[in-house]
Formats: sequence, structure tokens, C-alpha cells
Amino acid sequence: MSQPGSATLDLNGAVPAPEVRRSRPALMRALLALGRFTRRKPLGALGAIIVVAMLVMAAFAERIAPYRYDETIRGARMKAPGAAHWLGTDNLSRDMWSRVVYGARVSITIGFLTIGLAMVLATAIGVTSAYFGGAWDLVVQRIVDAWLSFPYLIIILSIMAVLGPGLGNVVIALAVLIAATNSRVIRGATLGVIQHSYIEAARAMGCGHARIILRHIVPNVTATIIILATIGLGAVILAESALSFLGFGVPPPHPSWGSMLSGSGRTYMFRAPWMAIWPGVAISLAVFGFNMLGDALRDVLDPRLRGS
Amino acid sequence: MLRRYIVKRLFIAIPSLLIASIVVFALPRLIPGDAVQLMLEEKAYAKDIEELRAKLGLNRPLHVQYVEWAGRAVRGDLGESLWTKRPVLEEIGHRLPITLELALIALAISLLIALPVGIIAAVRQDSLGDLVARSVAILGLSVPGFWLATLVIVLPAIWWNWRPSADFTPFTTDPVANLRHMWLPALVLGIAAAAALMRLTRGMLLEVLRQDYVRTAWSKGLAERAIVFKHALRNGIIPVVTLLGTQLPQIIGGTVVIETIFGLPGMSRFLFDAINQRDYPVIQGVNLIVVSTVVMVNLAVDALYAVLDPRIRY
Repeated sequence: MSQPGSATLDLNGAVPAPEVRRSRPALMRALLALGRFTRRKPLGALGAIIVVAMLVMAAFAERIAPYRYDETIRGARMKAPGAAHWLGTDNLSRDMWSRVVYGARVSITIGFLTIGLAMVLATAIGVTSAYFGGAWDLVVQRIVDAWLSFPYLIIILSIMAVLGPGLGNVVIALAVLIAATNSRVIRGATLGVIQHSYIEAARAMGCGHARIILRHIVPNVTATIIILATIGLGAVILAESALSFLGFGVPPPHPSWGSMLSGSGRTYMFRAPWMAIWPGVAISLAVFGFNMLGDALRDVLDPRLRGS
Repeated sequence: MLRRYIVKRLFIAIPSLLIASIVVFALPRLIPGDAVQLMLEEKAYAKDIEELRAKLGLNRPLHVQYVEWAGRAVRGDLGESLWTKRPVLEEIGHRLPITLELALIALAISLLIALPVGIIAAVRQDSLGDLVARSVAILGLSVPGFWLATLVIVLPAIWWNWRPSADFTPFTTDPVANLRHMWLPALVLGIAAAAALMRLTRGMLLEVLRQDYVRTAWSKGLAERAIVFKHALRNGIIPVVTLLGTQLPQIIGGTVVIETIFGLPGMSRFLFDAINQRDYPVIQGVNLIVVSTVVMVNLAVDALYAVLDPRIRY
């Protein structure tokens, strides 16, 4: 079979271009690493498959779902799962499979936006708190302590009551909460990093605080950030669904899995149990996937847990 | 030494409690559309908005309102509900025991599941049982509590025509009827905590089982039971105690959903209704009680931690 670099070789009659030679091993290295990861962490690989499936569903919802999420189908009210409608239909004659597929988009959008914002906040708080120490660390940590004393659902409900329901507000409320928790872990990781002599060396060379933080500390706590982000994604999806279930999350007509389980999902749960079952299966699978992947990544990336 | 440590922790807890009280006070006041507006629109208690705002003390500067509120709260006066006109502390007093009972039974159930499973999974690491236990634990962490609660109501009703009892009986009236009503919500609530505790028990025990002193115990020819329970578990269990402290806010947070689904007249449902009705004194009162409880429990856990592990002295 001809290789991508063979054209270059034939035309020039010379040694293949160096970048082609580099790209093959890189691809092979990646595939081998993937193979090793799958062998060492089969549950993590299962999680990765679920996560990829969710990402595909979210990205190509229009092509995967047979109907739009708000499309009513004439004469198909509360049909049980079958050949025509895999997961049945709801009380407004909408296809449940289509709504679950579009629901992945809501969960993934909220999940990634929230975790992105939360990680930026958590890194800023955690790294500066550990790096500068002193009064700044003391004040920040007491605020984080106070914040962590609130049961999460209670504080989110209170924030959502202030902000009002809506996709953007859910992202802000959840991000603030997750940032507080994760900033603790990132602070701990930073405290370990700043003990190293390369930080002292950078300081001796006259590097400013910003350069030391951005070029020397943050890259060394990236593994921690990736692990926290992956596990946090599952937590965000779970929290968003709980908020939507209580009526404080993503408002209709967006097909959030949590809101599908409240309202009509509960009203008709004895007559059409599939309305209450499938969105829950989707939430559980998604969270399961992110948790499994996060666990496996932690074992692989965190040297302290390597081999355990 | 231990007393000094506890006093030091108490001093650290005070600013946290103070900041938390400011958050508790400020949050409901930021809710758009204030309670007065809502009361006038829906119940028409008074004609003049300003008159009612003045009567409720809502027209004064925020810092004045905070100092007054905090001063009264320290003396045990959390104000009156804007809707029922009854003292908030009295309302909480009726509901708090239900939420605490639910949370404690959930915690007990989670420990009963987590400890044995976590120990077996660690001792038989990488066995089929370990793999199943770990997978089930992650599944337990992944399943939303409100969905599980819905399923345990719907599925038995469809399959066996059985539904959990709808009428709540206080423990003091009839303990048997009360527990018959409480066990199912407590089980649903305890599953996630059980999964988290099981994972930590397994992880900590695995770490301890690799220590030199455990290897020495093996080489002395001690029985497995003695090594696991007398040597390993005593050291491995310490972080689990800490996690118990952090699980409490999670469990109390979870009671909001569980009390709503199972129709339990607890404090969390009271708070949820208060948020919907913008009942400031109730929101503040419940949040303050919850936060104070969590801070105190964390303090107790810290003290217990120091008792269990004499090396811990900050």
C-alpha cells in the first residue's frame, strides 16, 4: 500500500521529506499509546467510547435524530418504544430518541462551557493563592472555606434564584461552585511545584511573577487540571440535570435531560414510564463515561497513583 | 495539645462562618423582584409598597439590615416568615429533625454498604469482585438521585402494584411507621455517598496494605483478618472519617430533591418553597442553620481526625 510520503519520494527521487518521516511515527506512537491505555485501563477506554459517542451526538444531532426536538408527530402521542420510535414518544407526540440526542448537545454545551470557565477561575485562584501566600492566601482560603460549607444544591438554587433560569446563568452558577472546590486541589498541586529549584532559578534570573506563573507553574499543574476537568464534566452534567429537574435550569423548549424528567416526565410516569426512563439513562451513561475516563486519566497522568 | 488544636480550628472556623453569614444574608436580597412586590401582586397584604417595605425593614441600608439580622440571629431570633408570619426558628424546629433523620439514616446506610465492599475490593484487588464493585460504585456516582427516586416509585408500581406510603408519620408518634416511610428515600440518598466512601476506603486500604509494617505483619505469619482489621484498616480509615464530614453537605443538598419527590415535610423542601416565594427570612434562616451545622460537623471531624491520628497537629 502506498504511503503518504511516497509521492514526494517518486517525484524527487530523494529521501522522503523529514516532516513525513516524523508524522508516521507520531501517528503510530499515538495509536500505540491508545492501545496501551485500552489494555491498561479497559474501563477508562469504555468511558472514552461513551464520551466520543456523546460528542458525536451533540455535534451531529440534526443528522442523527430523525425528528427535530420540538416536532410533534401526528397520531403518535405517548407511543411505547418500538420500530417507528425507538424510545417511544412523549405526551406532546414528540420523538423521545430525537429529544435525547438533542439533549446531549445541551449537556455537552453546558458541560464544556462550565468546566472551561471553572478551570480558568480555579487555576487563577488556586495558583495565585499558593504562589503569593500570606494575607492573600489566608483571605482567599477563608472565602473558599465558607463557600464549601454550603450544600452544593442549596447554594446553586440560591444563585439561580438570583440570576433566573437560563443556559448562561446555569453555566455561571455551576462554574463558580466548581471553581471553589477545584481551586483547593490546584492550590495543593501548586504548593508542590513551587518547592522545586527551577522556580527559584527562574526567580534568580529575574523572571516576573506573571512569567513564573504562566511559563513555569501552570504547565506543571496541567495534568491536575485535565483530571479535574474530566471528572468535573460528569459532575456538571449531573448538577445541571438536577437544576433543570427542579425548574431552575435550562428553560423549555431546549431539550435538557433533567427537565425531560420533571414536569410531564413525572406527570405521566405511570402511563408512559419511558418518558421518565430514557433521559435518566442518558444522564447516567454520560456521567459514567466522564467519571470512568477521568479515573483512568488520573491513574495514568498522576505519578503518585501510577501503578496502583 | 489537643485542646489547643481544637481552639485553633475554632478560630479558623469563625471567619468562615462570618463570611458564610454575609453570603447567606446577601444572596436572597439579590433575587430580582422582591418579596413585597410578590406579596402585593399575589395576596394584596397592603396597598402601599413603601409602607410594607418599611414595616419589614427592607427600606434601610443593607449593612444596617445585616448587623440587625446577625445580632438577632446570635440571640436565636431568625425573624418571621413573610408568608406564614410565624417565627422562622419555630418553623425550622418542626422540619429540621425530619431532614436530619433522613440524612443520618442515609449516612448509616452508606457506611453499611461502603465499608465491607471497600475492604473486600481492596483485599481482593483486581479480582472480578473488585472490578464489579468499582464499576457499580462509579455507576452509583453517575446515577442522578432524582431519577433513581423516580424509578423506585414507578417501577415497583408498574411491576407489583406497590407504592411507598404517602403519609408521613413523625418518629415520635410512631417510629415503625416513620421508618417504613423513611428507609426508601434514605437508601436513594445514601447510594452516592456509599459509592464515594467505598472508593476512598478501597484506595486508602490499598495504600496502607503496601506499607512496610503490613509486610512485616505478613512475614510474622499473622492471619489475614488480623492484618486487615488490626493493622491496615485502623490507619486506612482515617481519611474516610474526613470524607464523612464532606459528604454531609452533599447529603443535605440531596435532601432538597428527595424530600420533594417523596413528599417529606423536611427543612430542605421548606427552603425550596421559600426560594420560589422569595421568603427572605426563611431562606436566610435555613441557610444559616445548614451552614453552621456543616461548619460544626467539620470541626468535630477535624477533632476526631486529631484523636485518631496523633501525628496530626497543625
